[in-house]
Amino acid sequence: MSKTNSGIAKEPLIHFTKRDDITGFKSVLWHGVGLLAGLIVCAVFIMLFTGLNPIEVYVKMFQGTFGGEVTRLKAIHHTAILLAISLAVTPAFKMKFWNIGAEGQVLIGALAAAYCMLQFGDTMEEPLLILTMFLTCMVAGMIWAMIPAIFKAIWNTNETLFTLMMNYVAITLVSYFIMVKDRSGRSDLGILNERTGYGYLPKLFGQDYLLNIAVVILITVLIFVYLKFSKQGYEIAVVGESQNTAKYIGINVKKVIIRTMAISGAICGIVGLMLVAGSPTPSLKEDIVGGMGFTAILVSWMAKFNPIIMVFVSALVVFLGDGGASATDALKIDSSVGEVLTAIIIFFIIGCEFFTRYKINFRKRQKGE
Amino acid sequence: MDIISNLITQTLGYSSTLLFGSTGEIITEKSGNLNLGTPGIMSIGGVCGVVGAYFYTISVPEIVPIISVLITLLSTILGSLLSTLIYSFLTITLRANQNVTGLALTTFGVGLANFIGGIINNKAEGSSGISAFPEIATIYQTKLPFAEKLGFIGKAFLSSGFMTYLAIIIAILTAIVIKRTRVGLNLRAVGENPATADAAGINVNRYKYCATCLGGVISGLGGLHFVMQYLSGGWNKSAVEQFGWLSVALVIFAVWRPLLGILGSVLFGALYVIPFSIPNLAPKNQQLLELLPYVVTIIVLTISSMRKKREQQPPESLGTTYFREER
Repeated sequence: MSKTNSGIAKEPLIHFTKRDDITGFKSVLWHGVGLLAGLIVCAVFIMLFTGLNPIEVYVKMFQGTFGGEVTRLKAIHHTAILLAISLAVTPAFKMKFWNIGAEGQVLIGALAAAYCMLQFGDTMEEPLLILTMFLTCMVAGMIWAMIPAIFKAIWNTNETLFTLMMNYVAITLVSYFIMVKDRSGRSDLGILNERTGYGYLPKLFGQDYLLNIAVVILITVLIFVYLKFSKQGYEIAVVGESQNTAKYIGINVKKVIIRTMAISGAICGIVGLMLVAGSPTPSLKEDIVGGMGFTAILVSWMAKFNPIIMVFVSALVVFLGDGGASATDALKIDSSVGEVLTAIIIFFIIGCEFFTRYKINFRKRQKGE
Repeated sequence: MDIISNLITQTLGYSSTLLFGSTGEIITEKSGNLNLGTPGIMSIGGVCGVVGAYFYTISVPEIVPIISVLITLLSTILGSLLSTLIYSFLTITLRANQNVTGLALTTFGVGLANFIGGIINNKAEGSSGISAFPEIATIYQTKLPFAEKLGFIGKAFLSSGFMTYLAIIIAILTAIVIKRTRVGLNLRAVGENPATADAAGINVNRYKYCATCLGGVISGLGGLHFVMQYLSGGWNKSAVEQFGWLSVALVIFAVWRPLLGILGSVLFGALYVIPFSIPNLAPKNQQLLELLPYVVTIIVLTISSMRKKREQQPPESLGTTYFREER
């Protein structure tokens, strides 16, 4: 207590003040510094465990992803899927609705796709079947996302934990489905409709994955336009800034919350469809989403909710993830290194954002007042 | 009777992992910081115990029980402290978004734990692919010496390893400190309204740092307990992350009270154990019963939000960063 009384005489060594006049160039510069620092730490991390030098590390990571002949298409497809989930969570985040249930929403979409393939595969014409699958997946994802949204809108139930729990409910339902449908006793459905090919999404130009990539490009453009130029996108931005302002200017906040989550869920459901039926070897597993639902949140945040920047951030994350895994191949450890590298980068980017928002003032020698 | 006492002991085993996690998270959240990095911290805490056990085992010919316990405990505490410091520095000093930082920490922690665990497993001897340290794990699982003599109560409630009782003691101590001491009052003030607390002369940042770090260390112990109790001292891409998330949910269930946390953890532990202990249950139905903890959490979450009782609400400033010069 006495310290605070006498503390007036001395100014603290460092103190922060808020700044709101930062130029776009300076902001980009700070983010660049953060990214660079993160990449250096990532390289050091891999060096410690593999003994490669930093240049070798990044060359190897590039070869393992976008640089390699065989791996390129896979890396692009992986980027597209991650991008699609990031786009799906973005409208809700802009509204400050913390939906961390994308993992479950995608999984429920995947479950719906697998169900349709097995159930209606031999009773429906191909175009009708694909349409049914599309609609079922979309509705499934939508319902999964709207349940927490409705509770949030009406009773202000904590959406972070609600959506989180919905993930595990989805995972358990998928395990249950696999056990019910599986006849081999290995808790594995194998490749769905392997002999008949019912319900496989058509191939664009005879190439695997190309249709998925095209769909994601379409979603990217749509979300960009929706957020930037539509009235609903504006409403989302207002609700995110201040719910009271939104109410005051006559926006129905409850409606916006539920509608936005429905959109998020629908996109997640479509991603689920792409993961199952859009793969050359459709299958259903509990870990088919592989944590991308969580990574997508970080991607969306790093890109500042901008769909165009998100393309590059997803590519960076896939580069770190898949590339990191291939650079540490020799260690015979599965893909977990990618998660570590992604997290290191985001720590640095989050950290450097501080310098774009605040100014650091050091204590001066003489105090002029 | 034996079946029932067995069931209770098993329940207590799972519930202490959850209790460590949720007590840590309650302390953190009382300071106004929502740490979604808890699953990551628990994973790191667990794997650091394994690392400690590994280095101790390869460096000495004979394992001394008490020293092995101390080394594993210390490495867990150090590991979880360091990982929590990342979160604290970013959210408190650099005022980053708590949700994003927490999720990043979970990604980081789970990935790092699997990575380090994988490296240690690669050095494993034998065919199981997992290197374990059963000698050290047995010390953690040792029952209280007088448990057998006390009949049913002894068998049911006193047959767990010492970590279980440590978890309960920590929870009770936390409840007393938060509710009955000056430090606890200040902590609650910081969590409810940091600006007011600051004006009253409380060092907000110091309280936030201490609370998040202490909370992180306690959560990390939960990871260590899980590793020693269920993975015989080794690492496996395992349920630690899932238990971390359940601990976060348990905080809500316990409406931010450590004592209710004890009850809640026992209930969650029981829900986890029951599906495995019903005889002749088909695996698929067992799978369905595993839904229970999550569904119960959702129900509690919605009910407590509908009732809106004042003493059952989260700390007022939970999830927001504090900057003195901002209004």
